[in-house]
Amino acid sequence: MNRYWTYALLGAALAALILLGLSAGPFVLYLAMRVMILAIFALGYNLLLGRTGLLSFGHAAFYAAGAYGLSLATIHISPHPLLGIFLGVAAATFLALIIGFFCVRHTEIYFAMLTLAFGMMVFSLMWNARSVTGGDDGLYGITRAAISLGILKIPIYKEYQYYFLVLFFFVLSVFLIHRIYRSPFGLILAGIRENHVRAEFAGLPVKLYRLGAFVVSGAFAGLAGALAVLLESNITPFASHWSRSAEPVLVSLIGGLQTFTGPLVGSIVFVVLREVVERFTHNWMFWFGVILLAIIMGFRGGIVGSTAEILKRYSRA
Amino acid sequence: MLQSLAHVCLAGISAGMFIWLVASGLTLIFGVLRVLNFAHGSFYMLGAYLCFTVLKVMGGNFWVGLVLGPLVVCAVGYAMERYLIRYVYHLELPYQLLLTFAMVLIFDDLVKMIWGAGSLSSPSVPGLSGSIPILGRNFPVYNLFIIVVGPLVALDLYLLVEKTWWGRIIRAAASDRDMAAAIGVKVPALYTAVFVFGAWLSAVGGALAVPYVGLLTTGMGETIIIGAFVVVVIGGLGSLKGAFLGSLVIGLLASFGTRFIPMLDMFLTFILMAAVLLWRPQGFFAES
Repeated sequence: MNRYWTYALLGAALAALILLGLSAGPFVLYLAMRVMILAIFALGYNLLLGRTGLLSFGHAAFYAAGAYGLSLATIHISPHPLLGIFLGVAAATFLALIIGFFCVRHTEIYFAMLTLAFGMMVFSLMWNARSVTGGDDGLYGITRAAISLGILKIPIYKEYQYYFLVLFFFVLSVFLIHRIYRSPFGLILAGIRENHVRAEFAGLPVKLYRLGAFVVSGAFAGLAGALAVLLESNITPFASHWSRSAEPVLVSLIGGLQTFTGPLVGSIVFVVLREVVERFTHNWMFWFGVILLAIIMGFRGGIVGSTAEILKRYSRA
Repeated sequence: MLQSLAHVCLAGISAGMFIWLVASGLTLIFGVLRVLNFAHGSFYMLGAYLCFTVLKVMGGNFWVGLVLGPLVVCAVGYAMERYLIRYVYHLELPYQLLLTFAMVLIFDDLVKMIWGAGSLSSPSVPGLSGSIPILGRNFPVYNLFIIVVGPLVALDLYLLVEKTWWGRIIRAAASDRDMAAAIGVKVPALYTAVFVFGAWLSAVGGALAVPYVGLLTTGMGETIIIGAFVVVVIGGLGSLKGAFLGSLVIGLLASFGTRFIPMLDMFLTFILMAAVLLWRPQGFFAES
């Protein structure tokens, strides 16, 4: 596809999202926001899984750190949403730096188990530190105060108002992560995934690069968590449970691990499919499991990867 | 104080034995097939629910349930290895883990569809119900029974793996798959057998847990699998001896943690897991 077509397509997508925000009802907006928040989480996560080749089962901890960071800032410091989001992301980044420092010593299954252990440590802390985190009740009643910028006050209380804040951070995240993919840093990450021994021989500090990917993905997880609290107005420790860490993995897998847009498409499918399936049956997990099996057994490129392959074959014939 | 300590010890050991039954199969499967099976906790859950059903249908005899329930789980395990897991051995780690994770989702909802989402309360076992005084305080007889069964299973597994022809084949396939195949071992069939055997062990653990936990819930599989992961990691991935000792450690740690520092009981378990992974990734009880 040539460059202008890509820009035109991106412009059209953005225009469609803005139009959606101006015209859609609250429920559709709520779903759209959930898609965008999950996409921020998964896009950042796939920088680690798809790009660097590290499978983490602890990223829910960073999502929860962002969420609790924002909630605690709102309760104890100031309800300014931007301050809350900043502190949430900062908390997640800091936590990812500490946990990542230990985890990048291993790869493969040992890395997965280490992230699982650290994630569950965070979970148990959030569960037990009742005086700070509210224990198993979590923190609730987080309202969306207006964003005050000097004399300008932007209200985000209503769904359609908050939608544009989420859209702003979504577009910003997509742009940033895309830049990271294309940067020397991102290319080196792919190199490490393909052959870390060779990368090491080339004189690259492989562990440092892995830590970099870990922290960046943790920061985006924190952003997603902070935005999610503002959407749902509450957070419980289950947000950091290991089974929640599987969510961005599954989303990336549905869309396609080795593609940039995979997690994005996966998020749409995940949220929309869940809504549809839950209309008909309570057994959403069963059908989701079946879909996962089908993807792993037959379409490992995910939706984006498999479609690209079919298109390529079609255009060659 | 002394009697209280003794009871905390006994409670920890009996809790550890359930984790051992799940962890033994998990570590056996990992040692031979090199697949870490998230769905192993689901076998435990299925074992418990099936035992419960057989028990109800057959007029309340627990022992019939204990034998028949896990047999059904063997069939499930066979189908899972033969038609799904076999096709992902050559794939990268995420695909293997996520395949078994997908099975967790499927099994969880299947149990909800068949048995309903609520908890089921189970009857006690005649002959093993009630409690006897130990050091002046009552301790459930059934928990003592579990404390005997766990090491017996460990001993049997040790004899099977170390002393029999089957054990030699299993060890051969675990250390070098291609070489084992070259000398005539039917590796795919062996993999299936090991997987089914591991599923059976876990299901027996679940069936034995029916009178112990009293209440069956769909979350029981996910709770035990994390405990088993911790144990398998602490013991060294693939080591049966390590898994047995690890189960004891985790059972005792949880029991003492709950008794003395309830704020940190879960935290201690996972910090131990992380510490072992960081400083002794070959396992706490490994020789070298």
